[in-house]
Amino acid sequence: MRIRFLIPVVTFVGIAVMMWYALFNLNPTEIPTELVSRPAPEFSLEPVPGYGPGLAQQDLATGKVILLNVFASWCVACMAEHPFFMELKAQDTVDIFGLNYKDTPDGAAKWLARHGNPYKRTGMDLKGRVGIDFGVYGVPETFVISPDGKILDKIIGPVSPDMFESRIRPLLNEAGS
Amino acid sequence: MVAEIGQFVLILALITAIFQGVFPLIGAARNSQPMMRFANNAAFVQFAAITGAFICLTVGYITSDFSILNVANNSHSLKPMLYKISGVWGNHEGSLLLWSWILALFGLAVAVFGRNLPDSLKARVLSVQGLVGVGFLMFILFTSNPFERIDPAPLDGSGLNPLLQDPGLAFHPPFLYLGYVGLSITFSFAIAALIEGKVDPAWARWVRPWTLAAWGFLTIGIALGSWWAYYELGWGGWWFWDPVENASFMPWLAATALLHSAIVVEKRDALKNWTILLAIVAFSLSLLGTFLVRSGVLNSVHAFATDPARGVFILMFLIVVIGGSLLLYGIRAPMMKGGGLFAPISREGALVLNNLLLSTATATILLGTLYPIFLDAITGAKVSVGPPYFEATFIPLAIPLIIAMAFGPFLAWKRGDLAGVVSRLKFALLLSLLLVGVIWWQQTDTPIMALVGLGLFGWLVIGSLLEWTERIKLFRGPLSASWRRMTQLPRSAHGMTVAHIGVALVILGITASETWQTEHLGVMRPGEIVSVGGYDFRFDGAETVAGPNYDAVRGTFLASTGIEKGVYLYPEQRRYSDPPMETTEAAIRPMLSADLYAVIGEEDGKGGYAVRIYHKPFISWIWIGAFVMFLGGALSLSDRRLRLGAARRARQQEAAVKSLEGAKG
Amino acid sequence: MKSSFRLLMLSMLLAPFLVLSATAVFIEEKLKDPVLEARALEISAEIRCLVCQNQSILDSNAELAKDLRQIVRERIALGETDEEVRGFLVDRYGDWVLLNPPFKISTVFLWLGPAVIFILGAFAMVVFLRGRNRLVEDESRTKLSTTEEAEVNRLLKSDETGQNS
Repeated sequence: MRIRFLIPVVTFVGIAVMMWYALFNLNPTEIPTELVSRPAPEFSLEPVPGYGPGLAQQDLATGKVILLNVFASWCVACMAEHPFFMELKAQDTVDIFGLNYKDTPDGAAKWLARHGNPYKRTGMDLKGRVGIDFGVYGVPETFVISPDGKILDKIIGPVSPDMFESRIRPLLNEAGS
Repeated sequence: MVAEIGQFVLILALITAIFQGVFPLIGAARNSQPMMRFANNAAFVQFAAITGAFICLTVGYITSDFSILNVANNSHSLKPMLYKISGVWGNHEGSLLLWSWILALFGLAVAVFGRNLPDSLKARVLSVQGLVGVGFLMFILFTSNPFERIDPAPLDGSGLNPLLQDPGLAFHPPFLYLGYVGLSITFSFAIAALIEGKVDPAWARWVRPWTLAAWGFLTIGIALGSWWAYYELGWGGWWFWDPVENASFMPWLAATALLHSAIVVEKRDALKNWTILLAIVAFSLSLLGTFLVRSGVLNSVHAFATDPARGVFILMFLIVVIGGSLLLYGIRAPMMKGGGLFAPISREGALVLNNLLLSTATATILLGTLYPIFLDAITGAKVSVGPPYFEATFIPLAIPLIIAMAFGPFLAWKRGDLAGVVSRLKFALLLSLLLVGVIWWQQTDTPIMALVGLGLFGWLVIGSLLEWTERIKLFRGPLSASWRRMTQLPRSAHGMTVAHIGVALVILGITASETWQTEHLGVMRPGEIVSVGGYDFRFDGAETVAGPNYDAVRGTFLASTGIEKGVYLYPEQRRYSDPPMETTEAAIRPMLSADLYAVIGEEDGKGGYAVRIYHKPFISWIWIGAFVMFLGGALSLSDRRLRLGAARRARQQEAAVKSLEGAKG
Repeated sequence: MKSSFRLLMLSMLLAPFLVLSATAVFIEEKLKDPVLEARALEISAEIRCLVCQNQSILDSNAELAKDLRQIVRERIALGETDEEVRGFLVDRYGDWVLLNPPFKISTVFLWLGPAVIFILGAFAMVVFLRGRNRLVEDESRTKLSTTEEAEVNRLLKSDETGQNS
């Protein structure tokens, strides 16, 4: 059996193995954050009117692990994670800061009033530039920030309890907070 | 009731396909005539059954039977009848049914028209067709059943996507599938040849027409898709090297290579192993395309509703079909006898070069399309492979290919005279350089790629015409003699010339429109005039209009050259309510010299509107050229020598001539 | 169950962007200098729109694409080179945002692959054609001309008669 005639089938097997792996393990639409282990970008934002002090880069270095949640009043999917965030606040599991992305002050305030405010601090990113500095491309996204203000991870899409346990809880435990 | 009948006949089709896949193979191995002949009957029953299923689904759509889930998801009572019917295949389940139907149709064609095929070969071919059909039917019945019911039936369907209600998009899938399934026939022939261990002379005669037909359909299918993108998506782009576009382009490239190597098999009995491999690869790429579109493994504008469960099934099917056939090739191909001999500089040699370039291009596009998955799997890094990569790698392969395309037809079989060919092509070279020179002289900052593109266009057109005129000895004798020669020349020779000229026209269209496109993107107020590409565009304001199921802002532009009466363009920005979406309807004025392309957008609140106005020179030639390529293929296909009855007559003639020669010598 | 939840969430995630790309052709602040504006558009043509499936930010109608186009313009206006503008976006979004894949260790196979495939194929083709050529030449060398063949036949016949006699 001459070897060169087997090259096509061997090539195909390689491709098939890759496809198999990709089917079960890869998600082409999810882009992981580029900013892992880097300090959060510089910024300083006004709060949503009536909802806590403003949000700036230095506020993210709190000495414990916190979550930075990108949200907007026009974001339908944000409603899916909101109740869970309220729970986290009630149980004081982890502090959550809110980055209000490309919204109106009025719209955001009304939304928080209606659904509740899980955020210790809020910042209004009216033009979306701060979001871009963070590498945000969709809403909602949630960043896990280290005690000294570095970015540990980013969760794309609404945070479910399962996702919290599998991705955020380990980071909380590691930092011992 | 209709859905249940459809369901039933589909199961019947599957059972028939299983029998068709198994018994004739056994029959061919045991040389049992009845078992081999059974293939024909099975092919007929399978075709009838799937036709029945297709009719049932179509009836469901025509009558807007929303108790059928597929109809409820993809149709709507308000849809015009034409689009209700095209909606049958405009969704995942229905398109698979269309695939299976064409598969059965072509299998039946082999059964009916293959009277002069040796029994064992025919039986094996139909078996393989049947087995492929089994895979598709199982996929349909187990994961993508179009006849599932929904209870309670909704009052109306949810399939009113305006993008799908479009003639270009309605006909793009059927043509593509005709192409893909046409390649399944050559695939079946290749497998049958490997099983037999030899390549029958009849085999060669069958591969070429089927490849021609498949290639022709693929050309139209791809051109339709590209043309649709051009007029529908609002900025005049027509090719994005999107994974699903690549998934149709790769089989096309492979089919083109196959077409050319099949000629060598038929004429010179050489390159058999390679042609078999190409036939397997071409169909495999068609199947791979199916996987990529429906599995969610790649980011694409095109993807049908993706579902990893379906992806698993298709992948397993691919592993069995492609892996199995390539393994069979690896084992059996070394035993195939080699064929005719030829020198490197010869028509065969040129066709081998053609195959080298086309295969490299196919492999390159495959590499680029799959690379993001590869990198993600190995390192987790994400990378995008977009148009810049594909253009940078495809164009350097296309250029020598186009150059060789003018040489090839001039070269003789077995041993060609390169010096002679070069001197005959002098004229083509001179004229091309002249063309390039004139353009450069007119506009010294013409990008070099534009000059190359135009040079290649000139080279290929003149080279092809030169070969044609030489063959009919035009201007070298009385015109009547040339006319006689022309009518006696086999149609496939004319077909080749026409198809090659079609390619040249496509190159012209691409080069001109990419290089000399001019545009104006900005805000215009009523009464303002901008100048684009030598035309003055006057914006006459916009108004709100209401269509049958949409509201629109319609702008009015008057485009004129100042010399003659102008032409009105009415681009629209449509807002549909059900489903809620916005579309841009560009206003296009196609002309042979250029397309005028206008788009209207946002209002700035002060009476002005965002507009995009383009002048795209020669862009229609891209689709004209594609159609000319199709015509060339059709012309070749109509060659009497390729028709199977003629094959038998030709063989008889050959035998008679041989015996005469023997008697003489 | 998990995967369909994910799919649902992902589609809801994209839904806001679909709603937001309400107007297809935006009113945008262009750069005053046409040369700089042309540069901006050129760079934009090679930046991937992250929320669309496979479009550049120049072709896309998404809101994020418009924002990114503005950023490209701003940075060019600040005097940055093309490389620096692209670097700004890569810094935040990774290599994925470039439609023209960079040439790095991770993309070596991608960029060198086509050349390697071509060279291997060309080598195989040359070997194949040479083999054929040798056979053709062997054939023409061993094939006798008609006169030579007639001579051989005559010799063979005379040999036979010679032997018989």
